Amino acid sequence: MLSFVAQRVVKGVIVLLAIVVLNFFLIRLAPGDPAIVMAGEAGASDQVFVRQLREKFGLDKPLPEQLFIYVKGIATLDLGFSFRQQAPVAKLIAERLPATLLLTLTAFAISLVLGVLFGTFAARFAGTMLDTGITIFALIFYAMPIFWVALMGILLFSVTVDWLPSFGYETVGANLTGPAHVVDVARHLVMPAMTLGLFFMATYTRMTRASMLEVKRLDFVKTARAKGLSDSVIQRRHVLRNALLPVVTLAGVHAGTLIGGAVITETVFAWPGIGRLMYDALLQRDYNLLLGVFVTCSVMVLIFNLITDLIYRLVDPRIEFAA
Amino acid sequence: MSKRVLLGLLLACGLTASALTPALAQEPKAGGVINAVIQPEPPGLMLAMIQNGPTQMVSGNIFEGLLRYNPKLEPLPELAESWSVSEDAKTYTFKLRKGVTWHDGKPFTSADVLFSIEMLKQTHARARTNLAQVDKVEAPDDTTVVFTLKQPFGPFLGIFEVGSMPMVPKHLYEGTDWKTNPYNNAPVGTGPFMFKEWQKGSFIRLVKNPNYYEKGKPYIDEIYWQIIPDAAARSVAYETGKVDVLPGGSVENFDVPRLSKLKDTCVTGAGWEFFSPLAWLWLNNRQGPLADKRVRQAVMYAIDRDFAKDVIWNGLGKVATGPSSSAIKYYTDDVPKYPYDPAKAKALLKEAGYKGEKIRILPLAYGETWQRWGEAVKQNLMDVGMNIETISTDVAGGNQKIGDWDYDIAFTYLYQYGDPALGVGRNYISSNIAKGQVFNNVEGYSNPEIDKLFADGAVATPDSKRKEIYEKAQKILVEDVPVAWMLELQFPTIMSCKVKNLITTGIGVNDGFKDAWLDK
Repeated sequence: MLSFVAQRVVKGVIVLLAIVVLNFFLIRLAPGDPAIVMAGEAGASDQVFVRQLREKFGLDKPLPEQLFIYVKGIATLDLGFSFRQQAPVAKLIAERLPATLLLTLTAFAISLVLGVLFGTFAARFAGTMLDTGITIFALIFYAMPIFWVALMGILLFSVTVDWLPSFGYETVGANLTGPAHVVDVARHLVMPAMTLGLFFMATYTRMTRASMLEVKRLDFVKTARAKGLSDSVIQRRHVLRNALLPVVTLAGVHAGTLIGGAVITETVFAWPGIGRLMYDALLQRDYNLLLGVFVTCSVMVLIFNLITDLIYRLVDPRIEFAA
Repeated sequence: MSKRVLLGLLLACGLTASALTPALAQEPKAGGVINAVIQPEPPGLMLAMIQNGPTQMVSGNIFEGLLRYNPKLEPLPELAESWSVSEDAKTYTFKLRKGVTWHDGKPFTSADVLFSIEMLKQTHARARTNLAQVDKVEAPDDTTVVFTLKQPFGPFLGIFEVGSMPMVPKHLYEGTDWKTNPYNNAPVGTGPFMFKEWQKGSFIRLVKNPNYYEKGKPYIDEIYWQIIPDAAARSVAYETGKVDVLPGGSVENFDVPRLSKLKDTCVTGAGWEFFSPLAWLWLNNRQGPLADKRVRQAVMYAIDRDFAKDVIWNGLGKVATGPSSSAIKYYTDDVPKYPYDPAKAKALLKEAGYKGEKIRILPLAYGETWQRWGEAVKQNLMDVGMNIETISTDVAGGNQKIGDWDYDIAFTYLYQYGDPALGVGRNYISSNIAKGQVFNNVEGYSNPEIDKLFADGAVATPDSKRKEIYEKAQKILVEDVPVAWMLELQFPTIMSCKVKNLITTGIGVNDGFKDAWLDK
């Protein structure tokens, strides 16, 4: 297993390098010049000012040299400096990472637990009203745009009944500590995590249901039934466990993309995460920051893919690690 | 009169008065916290190095300039307590306040002013242009600064507000690498509020400066600038009482009437006199049909600007008559007029020989209101037979296209800074045609007479002479239509009525909250 992991890490580094080089050029292909964006925001734009900004950003150097400087930095774990935000990129990302992880992992847990649970029930009672009800419920949240669900949530739970806060990570100025702070953050987390979680839940519900119905028809389930095992044992130990493999695959892909994938939710709920940082960096053509976020997200995808492969082995012992 | 027009008038006149007048009569109360919205999140707070709108709004509390300006744009004391001008209008002497200290306790002196000017010449494009007429700056003693100009410069007393010329602590910046100086992230000024905390993506917290030189001020203990990126969520934050102040431009314009009607809500359009935002369409004078003056005039006749004001901007603002906003010096409405007249527009297009060539229009990616305005203008122009194609980009992409002159018609709005020499001439003089940059003469208009008028106007004396020059310039420009002027924009500030005296100068919210207090 160790040699498997080592080989995957080496491959991961090569993939990461390719991502960095590709993104480096892709970002620069987009129209828009960070120096002009900043000059524009300053309400003035003379030649001297734009030239100064280009020098400051290092944009006056030839592209290959800019790339070399950047890759050299990455090799020493230096993600560069955001001149727009006047801070090291690694610091800016580290500031936002905890909030993003809290939101996306909570949403991920909600979607996975509810999705598998609902999927199992739907498969167990396939063709009944319960199955139809669950399918409709899941598809409603999948079909509605996230920003719409978010705004309706705010309208209902913040404006109408005033149960939950409409924005932010915590109550600003309350200076809460200990359990009170935990409760405060949790209250702020409910709506964004549910909005994001319910969207992804539909996929897991549908996938679990379809996969379980497929497994249910296989011979070993009939054998188990013939042996006289109870229905719940058959569903739990034989059907669900075998049906989970595609769900795990999907969850692995989702988990990797969750870091950068919550832009809309973070924007509507003013959640101070990486998605918003990335979006702002994109609008401002803050190249170093944008690349830094991309690198972080890529590393996350690689890590989660590795974890997914390891979980495969746990779910299905027949799978072996091939070096 | 439509409801929207009525609302606009109410906002412009009645509510402004009701929001401000009673506060003047009451005795200010000390204490309390103001929660205000800041949008978008500023990239930094070091005003000498970053001059975008949100930075000015927050940092106007931390830093100060030598002067501030009342709504009539007359100078008021700030760090300078008095000033005098020599008879030849070339020497300006400022006496600084005594006993002013930086937030770290070090004294503020004339050496800081000299240092700030040298730094701003390198870091602040507008300050560098404003200071171009300065021959030398001297500090004969700790509290005196003398500017000697190369020649008289009419708007000189108008360049000293905090956003245009913020004072920087020499002892913290001299001899350092300015762009990576740690105080950029924990700014130290002389202002009424001190920087305390910035949780990126959430809020910026400022606290009262207990050693502020105006005794008793500021009245407020703390300001939280809340960062809420979604316009609808900002409206909800105000509705649910989580924020007290929505500075101009914080919410979409179509939300303003609804929020204005909320209980205990005060609205004012005041505080934008110095900036006087004016919206227009860049018209590319270099190529295609728009190179013909008659086509440009046809654009002016074809667009229903009253509709834009009454419907898209909910009655806020004023139809522009030309290159100068009515709030700034030397404005005249004695210029050719362009009422909404589609028939005349069609006739002009026919006369110019327009044969349906494609014209690309670039809306401004500043949100829903601007998007709607782009659609309305497109419809107006198509109604008179123009072949319009909308090009959609984000702000950065749009700026690049405009800077590269790769457009036919493009939306914009710019500040005017109180004087035609500071905020008007830059868009029409031929020496400001420079590819790769935005907000200069990107339309490519070139008229030696206009060049001379703006050059003479900046240095002419007395004031009556300047007035004569600028009035002539306005008439020529309006006849030539280098750009299509649309509206004098109004960005109303919406706030809880418990917040008093928030806006007391022509610089508005950007001038800091030192006079504000809470009627608890």
